[in-house]
This record gives sequence, structure tokens and C-alpha cells, in this order.
Amino acid sequence: MPFSLLKYGLKNDYPFENDADLPLPTELKQHYDVVIIGGGGHGVATAYYLAKYHGITNIAILEKGYLGGGNTARNTAVIRSNYLTSEGVKFYKESVDMFQGLSNEFDFNIMYSSRGQLTLAHTDSTVRSFRQRTEVNTHFGGNTELIDPQQIKELVPTLNMNPADMPILAGLWHIDGATARHDAVAWGYAKGATQRGVELHQLTEVTDVIVENGKAKGVKTNRGTVTCGCIVQAVAGHSSIVAAMAGIKMPITTYPLQAMVTQPVKPFLDPLVSSSALHCYVQQTGRGEIVFGGGSDPYPLYNTRSTLDLKESLMASAVEMFPFMANLKLMRQWAGITDMTSDYSPIMGLSPVENYYLDAGWGTWGFKSTPICGKSMAELVASGGKVPELIAPFSMDRFDVFRQVNEMGATAASH
Amino acid sequence: MKIMNCPLNGPRNISEFVYGGEVKTMPNALTCSDKEWAEYVFYSENTVRVVTEWWFHSPSGYWFIAERHTASDEILKTYDPSELFNKRVEFESAPASVEEKPV
Repeated sequence: MPFSLLKYGLKNDYPFENDADLPLPTELKQHYDVVIIGGGGHGVATAYYLAKYHGITNIAILEKGYLGGGNTARNTAVIRSNYLTSEGVKFYKESVDMFQGLSNEFDFNIMYSSRGQLTLAHTDSTVRSFRQRTEVNTHFGGNTELIDPQQIKELVPTLNMNPADMPILAGLWHIDGATARHDAVAWGYAKGATQRGVELHQLTEVTDVIVENGKAKGVKTNRGTVTCGCIVQAVAGHSSIVAAMAGIKMPITTYPLQAMVTQPVKPFLDPLVSSSALHCYVQQTGRGEIVFGGGSDPYPLYNTRSTLDLKESLMASAVEMFPFMANLKLMRQWAGITDMTSDYSPIMGLSPVENYYLDAGWGTWGFKSTPICGKSMAELVASGGKVPELIAPFSMDRFDVFRQVNEMGATAASH
Repeated sequence: MKIMNCPLNGPRNISEFVYGGEVKTMPNALTCSDKEWAEYVFYSENTVRVVTEWWFHSPSGYWFIAERHTASDEILKTYDPSELFNKRVEFESAPASVEEKPV
């Protein structure tokens, strides 16, 4: 390193292209086998698994902004599988398993950190639902236990056991719960995909989808028109808008979700802690900052603006849980745009348009499913539209036959 | 704090209001297909432009209609629902129930 610094320090032609993780931008080709709209975690993961397992590499990922710059960079990086329904737990459990091996697979550190996730119950009915979630999770091979206040106190000594005068009765202790660096997940997938020949086109906005006789034929972009064999839509936060270009109406309502982070402090909090009644979740990052967030905004909006009332109530809840946080200063705040479905489960699979695949409705549960969603979507695309069993319950037409997968209780307040 | 103009109570804090969904035309529940009903209940335009929505002033229990831009969050107009729904709706009676056959 020091010698290369000397060698290249005074020269103009530092060969950064050789070391760059991603290839330099190229011109768009006329035709691709697969066009993926959206260069976030899900989009690049789909491309990665298509190239790795199915040998399909003539793929273009079209990203309006930059790689992983949307909700991939805006979530609070929680990985867990302690959902309520069999369909949900099976799916997310697979994701947790895949996350554990990602750093090795990429040869790139995604900073996966298995800390455990603790959800607090303040009412008897919540304790009952926690019992059910413990059983369902254990049945599908996850590590989840119901623990009592004494165990909670030992696990998180700084926690106020009576926040907002709502005593903590029990905790859902999800030992598999983890966190990882969300950007690194997108970068790792993008690196692996582009090394296998996939093209990632940033600053390339899809302006229209070409549909002929009910079949997706190509896309119009700000850099020209591209024809393709099939299209995968993976645009969290804009699912309804992009789907509308292909003439598809979706069962989605889009809300902002706000979160924030404090200045860094010494390590004090190992698990990720969330309260079901206070609608607040708190975790300490590897850098010592405390990240906290809550439920979505009360009404729909396509805007990442900040509101004082939501921030205020969120901070009040966080301070109730960890009173010493009242002395901390906030460093940053942000919002993401979440595509909420009415049953709090995603939409994956076929659409009314042939060769147009949907990866949408990821509300506040998108990051944790990145690996398994990418793998399943790749299977779907490679098989020419044969829906893998794992994601079959999440098809969009479940709403038409009133067969929703209700994850509201396991999602709304505790991500 | 954001202020919304309630047609009944005047300008009030936005936290007093509850969002009630896009104004849609309800299909006839007795004659429509399951798909049409699902579309009415679950699907929405969810687009970026000025949309017409139901809102509810929670303290006074009053439903009204607002026109709001879904990107700028600008509330352009609020008015009483009677401006849109000014005709009496005759609900058709339910069809005669099908007799259950013993299994």
C-alpha cells in the first residue's frame, strides 16, 4: 500500500478501474433477456441468483438513482423471522439462514451481527399472541422463546420495566434476530452479479413499459428504448406508479416511515428491542449510535419529509423505554416510502401482464427478505413463470379470492 | 404542526383527523362479482397527483372530503360530502336467500 501510494500519488493515471467493485457504465444494449426495474437489494439479488444458479446473464438492472439508494438504504436493518403465519415464518426463516452465509458467499463483509431481537408485551392478549408466534417459529426451525420480566431485566439491564406506566409482562425473545449493513448487502449482490456479466445501469429511469397484446415487450427509458424477454419490477416505494405504466392496478397504499439515529455512545444494548404497545423499536449499531423508529405515518404520501409530531411521539416512546436516552442528541433523521398491503405481507409473482413479474408491497419488511426474495424471483423468472411454492401464498390475486396472509400483528409496530 | 381546514369546525390540527381512503364508486354488493368487490375494497390508484379522499374529524365524528396532493401534501380543498353525494340512494333489497339443502 505505501509503495503504491508513492507510485501513483503523483501520476494522473491511477488504474482505479482495476480495483473498482463495479464495472464502469456502458451504453444500453438493444435487447436483454431480463430487464429488472429497480437497483435496490431485491433487484440486484434477483439478478445475482439468475446469473449464479440459472446461467442467465443477459440482464439489465435499470436504476433511476444509484445502487441501493432507495429503501435499501433507509430501513433500520432488522433481520428476523418471528412472524405469525406459517407462510410468513417459512419464508422469512429461509431468509435469515441465507443472511448468515452471505459474507462468505460474497467474500465481502456485510457486517452480519446476530444479536437477538426482543419484543415486549404489555398486555395479556399480546402475551397470548407471543405464545402462538413462539410455537409457529419453533415449529419451522427458528429459535424463539417466551421469557419473563426477570430474564428481560438480565438481558437488557438499562430497560425501564414500566415504560409509560405499562408494565412489561413478557418478552418474545427471538435468538435468530440480527442486523447487517444494508448497503453492503446491495453492494455484495451487485458486485457478484456484475462479475457474472449482469449490467447495472444507474441514473437510468424507466419512463414507460411497452405492453403488446397483454405481453411485456420492453421499456422506454431516459436513455432510449430497450426490448426484453421479460421484466421484473422491484421498486419499493413506487410499486403502484411503475405498475401503472404496465396498466396494472395494485392493492397497495403508500405511506412514509420515519426513523432517526442518535450520537454514538458506549455499547450498552446488545439485542434489538421493540415494544408492541409503544410502537417503537430501538437498537444500537456497531458504531454505537442508537437507531430508533416506529410505525408508518398516519396517512399516505409520496414524500420523505419529516414531521415534528411523529418525531416527538417516537422520541417520547424511546425515552420511556431507555430513560437515559433523554440526554442524547439526535444526529440524523430520515424517512423511507413504504408500499403497504392491507394484510402486511408482500406481493411476489405473476401479474395480469404476461412476462411481467411483480416484487412489490414490501412495506416495512423488505430488507429482511432480500436474499430469499431474490432467489425465489430468480427461480420464477428462469422457469418462465412457474411460481415457486415458497412464494405462492404471496401472489397478488390472493386479494381477489380473499385469501390474505395476515401479518399485521407481527409487523405493524415491531419491525 | 400541519393544519387542516375542517368544513364543520374550521382549521384544526392534522392530528385530530383520520385518513379514510380514496373516494371510489361502490359497486352493487348484491350483483357485483368477487373480483369487482375485491377491487373496491383492496385496490387503489395510489398515484402522485391531486386525489379526492375521505377524511374524518375524530373529536366531532364528522366525515368529509378533501382534495390533497400526494407528493407535496398540500391540501387544496375540503368540503362536506353532500357536494358529491347529493342524490338519495335507494338500496335494493337483498335477493331471496337460497334455501340450504340438508347435507
